[in-house]
Amino acid sequence: MYPDYMSKSLNKVIQTRNKRFELAKSEKPVFPPMSAKERDEVLNKFHPDYKKESRRKINIGPNKGEMLTTEVADILESHSRIKPESFDLSKPDYETDILIIGGGGGGSAAAITAIKNGAKCLISTKLRLGDANSMMSQGGMQAAITKQDPPTRHYLDVIGGGHFDNKPELVRPLTEEGPEVANWLEELGVVWDKLDDTSLQVLHGGGTSRKRMLSSRDYTGAIIMRTLMDEVRNHPNKINVLEFMPTVELILDEQGKCAGGVLYNLETEEYFTVRAKATIITTGGYGRLHIRGFDTTNHYGATGDGLVIAYRTGGKLLYMDSVQYHPTGSVFPEQIAGFLITEKIRGAGGQPINKDGELFVFPREPRDVESSAFIRECLERKNGIKTPQGRVGVWLDSPLIEMLQGEGYIKKQFPAMLRQFIRYDIDITKEPMLVFPSLHYQNGGIEINEKCESNIPGLYVAGEASGGVHGRNRLMGNSVLDYNVFGRRAGKYASTYIKSVKLSKLSLDHINRYEKELKSAGIRTDRISPVLLPSYTPEDVRKRQLTAKYEGTLR
Amino acid sequence: MANKENFVNVFIMGKGYKVPAEATIMGAMEYAGYQIKRGAGCREGFCGACATVYRLPGDYKIYTGLACTTMVEKDMWLSQLPAIPAHKSIYDINKIEPNVATIQKLYPEVFRCVACNSCTKACPQDLEVMDYIQAAKRGDIEAVMDLSFDCLCCGLCAIRCPAEIVQFNVGILAKRLYGKYLAPKSKELNIRIKEIKKNIYDKEYNDLMTANKEDLEKQYYARDMEK
Repeated sequence: MYPDYMSKSLNKVIQTRNKRFELAKSEKPVFPPMSAKERDEVLNKFHPDYKKESRRKINIGPNKGEMLTTEVADILESHSRIKPESFDLSKPDYETDILIIGGGGGGSAAAITAIKNGAKCLISTKLRLGDANSMMSQGGMQAAITKQDPPTRHYLDVIGGGHFDNKPELVRPLTEEGPEVANWLEELGVVWDKLDDTSLQVLHGGGTSRKRMLSSRDYTGAIIMRTLMDEVRNHPNKINVLEFMPTVELILDEQGKCAGGVLYNLETEEYFTVRAKATIITTGGYGRLHIRGFDTTNHYGATGDGLVIAYRTGGKLLYMDSVQYHPTGSVFPEQIAGFLITEKIRGAGGQPINKDGELFVFPREPRDVESSAFIRECLERKNGIKTPQGRVGVWLDSPLIEMLQGEGYIKKQFPAMLRQFIRYDIDITKEPMLVFPSLHYQNGGIEINEKCESNIPGLYVAGEASGGVHGRNRLMGNSVLDYNVFGRRAGKYASTYIKSVKLSKLSLDHINRYEKELKSAGIRTDRISPVLLPSYTPEDVRKRQLTAKYEGTLR
Repeated sequence: MANKENFVNVFIMGKGYKVPAEATIMGAMEYAGYQIKRGAGCREGFCGACATVYRLPGDYKIYTGLACTTMVEKDMWLSQLPAIPAHKSIYDINKIEPNVATIQKLYPEVFRCVACNSCTKACPQDLEVMDYIQAAKRGDIEAVMDLSFDCLCCGLCAIRCPAEIVQFNVGILAKRLYGKYLAPKSKELNIRIKEIKKNIYDKEYNDLMTANKEDLEKQYYARDMEK
C-alpha cells in the first residue's frame, strides 16, 4: 500500500489517464521520440556512465591504458585466489572435451549443441544450474518473424540502439538467427505466447521500430531456462554438471591455448583441476558489483568472474566502459528495491509519469536514453516522487494497459509482476508502480568474433560475458536472443575445434606473470578476484568476527 | 531502520536474533551475519533457490515461503532448506507423446496422489498444484502446462507430499510436451526461416554491414514506427 502522502500525486495520474488513453489509441506517438541530438544531451548530462568518477584507467593487461568502469578496473587489478605452484597439472582431476564455465542459458545452450556434435562437456557453475540472469528475464526475446519486419530491420534497430558501436559481424547472426532460435526453443518445448489465430504474439520493446518481442507471459526467462536445464539433465552421460563449483582460473598449455580451468568447491573449499580441449565462458554479467552504488536486478552470483579469469590469460575486453541501467527498477516498497519490472509493461502500453501526472518521455526509447530521462525528471526537474526511505522514482502507469488491451490482460500477461506487488497490497491493475533505473546489464565483455572465439585460442565466450554484440547499449529482448544464438554458436564451433586441437603441457604461469605485472605497475591491494559472491554482512558483525579470515568477500 | 522499535526477534534455526521488522527472511539472515552460499539465487522470486519453512508462536501450523519475498514476523522460527532431494526422469523429448501414457511411464508416482492438497497449501506462488497433478492423471497436458506455468521449482510441494510426488518436474515435462507437440504452430515463423535459408536478405545485410556510420544514422533516424 502506498503511504497517504502520495495520494495527491496518484490522483493526478488518474486524472490524466483518460486523455493519455485517447492519445495512445490514436495513430500519433504518445510523446515525440528524441532526435540524435536530444539523445546525446540527456545521456551526457544524466547517464551514470558519463560521470567523471565512473571510469578509471586500467594499468595492466591487454586493455592497459583504457578507461574502464571503475569497479571493473578494480576487480581486474586484483590478486588471484590461487598459487600456481600448489597444483600438479600433470594429473588433472577431470578430463573433458569442453569445459563450460557458467550454468545459465548460454552455457546450457552451448552444451546441448556441443553434444550433438559428439563432444563431452563439463559445466562448472557457481550456484545451481540455472541460477543466472537468464532465469530472471521477464519480458521476452526479440525475433524478426512478421511480414513487415525483415531481420535487417532488426539489425538496424540493434545497431542504432547500440550507438553504432556494435560489431556488424555479430549483429548479423544475432538478428538473422532469431527466427531459427525461436523455432529451436519451441522444438525443445518452450511455450510461446500465441494469439487465437496461432500466430506468435509480438510486442514492442524500447528502441524497436517493429513489434518483435516474443514472450512466455512474464516468465520468459524462467520458461526458457528451465527447458534448457531439463534438456541438459536429460544427457547425464554427456554433460557433467558440477554445481557450487565455480572456475577461479583458466589453465593454458605451453603454446598459450586455453586448456581448462581450476575449480573451487564452495562447500568443501577444495580446488580441482580440469583439462579440457576447449573452454567456453558463459558466466554472465556483474550486477552484484553494485556499480556506482546502484541497486541491481541481477542474481546473487553476477560478479563478473569470467572477465577476470579471461583477462589474466590475456583475453581482450571490449566496451567495458559501458553499463546498462534498466529504466524500471522498483523503488517501493523498500523490500523489493532494485527489482526488475519488465519492459514488456511499456511494450504493452504502460507509461512513465511524473508527480504531476504527466508523461515526460517517449515510453520506449532505448534503455540508456530512457533511464537518463528518468534521472533527469527526478534529479534536475524535481518531478519525482520520494519514498519514506528517501528514494525517488517516477510512476509506471500499469492500469492504462488494462484500458488499452482489455480487462484481465495484466493477470494473463504479467502474473509475476501482479504477484510481486500484491504481496505488499499494491494491485498493479488499479495502481501504478514506482520506478527508478536499476543496474541491469554488462554491455561490453570479452571480445569475440562471429564464431564466439576470443583472442585466446580455444577460449570461446557467449552471452552477457562477451562484448561487441550490443555495442554500448543493449535493447530489451536481445539478451535472451544473444545467449541462445551465441551459446549455440559457441557449442558448435568449440565442438568442431576439439576434433583437431592438440594440447601440450598444462600451465598456470600466466597467473605468476599477472602478479608480476601488478607489482611492476605499482598496484598494492588486498583485493582478490574473481569475487564469486557479494558480501552483505553488516559492518558491526564483521567487527566481531575476530578470528575470521576473509578471502575477498568470502569467509 | 536504526530505531530499536522497528526490530523484531526471530529464531534462525532455533537461535534468536534481533532483525529489522521490515526485512525479508533473506535480508534478516544476512543482517544477522549469515553468509549465504546455498539458499540465494535471483533474490526476486523467480529461481526457487530459497525455500524456507517456519512456524509462528501459538500456532500449530507449518508455513512455507521463499526467503527472498517473505517478510519476517515477530518470534518466527525459521529454517531455510539448502536443497530438495527430487528425482527427474531422463527422456528423449523427440520420442515421447503428449498423453497420459508418458506421465505413467516417466512419473508413475503421480497416480499415488491422495488429493490431500498439501502441495497447494505449501506453494509460495499460490498455484493450484494438486489440480495440476490431477490433470496429469487425466493426461490433460494443456491444463498441467497452464496451472504450473508460474512454478519456480522451489520444491516445497515435493517436500510436503505424502505420496512422494515431485510435482514441479511433472510440470516441466508437461510444459515441454505442450510447447513442442500441442501448441499451435506459427505459419509466419516457418515462412521467415525458409526465406533466411534461401539467403534472400543477403544483399540487404551486405549493404547495412558495409554502410558508413553517417549513412546508418540517417537510415536509423528515418525508420517508420509500427504503432
